[in-house]
Amino acid sequence: MKAGDLGELALRNLREAVLRSSLTTLGVAVGVASLVAWLSLGIGLQALATKRLSNSGLFDTVIVTQRRNPQSMRRPPAESSPGKNARPLDDDAKKDFEQIPNVVEVYSQVRFPTEVRYNGTPFSTIVAGIPASARGNGSFDGIQGTFFSGPNADEAILQIELAKDLSAQPSSLLGKDLVVRYAERQALPPQAEHSSNSKNSDTSEGGFSIVPREKKLRIVGIIETEPAAGFGGFGSGRLLIPLEVASSLRAAQVNDLRDAVRATNGKPVYASLTVRAKSASLVQEIETAIKNMGFGTFSLQDATKSLEVFFRIFDMLLFIFGSLALAVATLGIINTLVMAILERRREIGILKALGAADRDVKQLFFVEASVMGFLGGVLGVGFGWLVGRAVTLGINVYLKRQSLPPTDVFSVPWWLVLLAIVLAVLVSLVAGLYPASRAARLNPVEALRYE
Amino acid sequence: MVTIGNGLAVRAERVSRHYEMGAAVIRAVDDVTLEIRAGEFVALLGSSGSGKSTLLNLMAGLDRPTGGAIFANGRNLSELSSLELARYRSRTVGMVFQSFNLLPRMTLEENVELPLRLAAVDRGERAPRVQEALERVRLEKRLSHRPSELSGGEQQRAALARALVNRPTLLFADEPTGNLDSATGESIMLLLKEIQQKLGMTIVMVTHERPLAERFADRIAALADGKLLTDGVNS
Repeated sequence: MKAGDLGELALRNLREAVLRSSLTTLGVAVGVASLVAWLSLGIGLQALATKRLSNSGLFDTVIVTQRRNPQSMRRPPAESSPGKNARPLDDDAKKDFEQIPNVVEVYSQVRFPTEVRYNGTPFSTIVAGIPASARGNGSFDGIQGTFFSGPNADEAILQIELAKDLSAQPSSLLGKDLVVRYAERQALPPQAEHSSNSKNSDTSEGGFSIVPREKKLRIVGIIETEPAAGFGGFGSGRLLIPLEVASSLRAAQVNDLRDAVRATNGKPVYASLTVRAKSASLVQEIETAIKNMGFGTFSLQDATKSLEVFFRIFDMLLFIFGSLALAVATLGIINTLVMAILERRREIGILKALGAADRDVKQLFFVEASVMGFLGGVLGVGFGWLVGRAVTLGINVYLKRQSLPPTDVFSVPWWLVLLAIVLAVLVSLVAGLYPASRAARLNPVEALRYE
Repeated sequence: MVTIGNGLAVRAERVSRHYEMGAAVIRAVDDVTLEIRAGEFVALLGSSGSGKSTLLNLMAGLDRPTGGAIFANGRNLSELSSLELARYRSRTVGMVFQSFNLLPRMTLEENVELPLRLAAVDRGERAPRVQEALERVRLEKRLSHRPSELSGGEQQRAALARALVNRPTLLFADEPTGNLDSATGESIMLLLKEIQQKLGMTIVMVTHERPLAERFADRIAALADGKLLTDGVNS
């Protein structure tokens, strides 16, 4: 029998038992919807976690430090010996890092203790410089107010704990000014023998002095969470200001004392630089390139692999859990087709008497099963998507009540749609195996005798 | 017309069909040898349980003998695979049943078209062949009617059209008038006779009505208890 005729006869048979076929298809749809809903939850959570962790700078970041020989860790060298010393982590090195393919940005970490004055009351806290790129990385999602208007804006974003210290009503702080008192480094005149090497340096071998300064900043935003806290980020900063502004303050940092006693070639030397890659998968090659330049590096790339393994297992468990409903639906298909054999026993006998081969009968049942599977799969994907939307809506209503930013925990990628439909058809075909072979084996004489 | 030599259309050679029912063995057909010539109208006559329908089913390729051989279309049906037997039923054989066996949810046109679908005949060729078959049984104006909208005689004529649509060489009819009144039954028999004469078809008909067999068949083979009692030309 030709494929077109098989399809027509199968559809006719399904139409003739429309209620039973519809209910069976609905059963498949529920099974597929369960599978799609669970898997899309797993995929959504994985995407969310990956995005958040990636934005945190934990996995797409390489921290670069100056490579030192073991002796230098214990005792600073008495005099500079360029032939033996490691390459300094200065602006030249920074420019070299920026030239490495797939590097998005290179910046130094600026973090220093400060005293904030608001309404005449002093508060101690930590200032952290935030690069302009942080605007789009998700760290400031849900910010109350706005991000910095520009890289050089004299503006500040407060972490909620600091904001609560400053005012009982944190939101009232937006648009207000505060004063930051900090210790500025000022270079001392270099010693005579090194004066020719000292260019635009405030950490030269001549050392530096500390001068108290003040800076007025306008509060533009308040954030609930500590943005991108942790490795390579802006951890423990409660008062966030643009990185350019923070750098221009030349505030004394915790590692300045060490640098003051270390010999340099007269150029500003960074304690460490943060190199951000386009994606976590590119960290390895960037790290290798930087190491080859003679610097020490550190990254958490192995953690991304662990995360991936965790979500693979998580998705597999969700798949198994979601498949249970599909397994029940499979029994429904078997039941429907076995009932169809009983009801159409005589019809099968007639078909065989008219020349239908066993395989024609078998294929007819397979087509009926796969049509139910396909329709159930398509409907199920739709139902699963709706379930995902509904749950997301519910979660976001809850998050809003908790004053938390909205989030999307469900994701239905195109491959999941395809997988669900193909799986529904395959499962239906497997369910049709027994009924189809039983129908094909029917003895036409006995089938024709059946009333 | 396809024959198997010496002008024979079907030859049953010491054919048996036994069924095991627990310890008992039912000998539905027992050691029957029968030859049917091409173009012949043969009546298998016998009372209920005589084995005539079983023998017909064996010759039509609907069942397999437990002993002996049946030759048709140049081959031993016992040795054919399931697929080959299905092809034999599709291309060589036409079947008519006592209870018509039309599919109730299909129209007359769809019922008659069904064997063409099963034989994978091209769509373009089907409509004229369905029309031709229905014209032969004078039902060409009832194309879109369902079986329930037809009388018994019309249903049997439709079944006959379905049996003829694949242009078979052998027509097997199992009590074709069994569900009809005598007048309608006679009209069906006249139609069968007409088909035999016009198309030169070989017709094997099962009946328990001797007068009908004597009136229309060229030859009568009488069976009782699965055995062939007499086989002779109908005078």
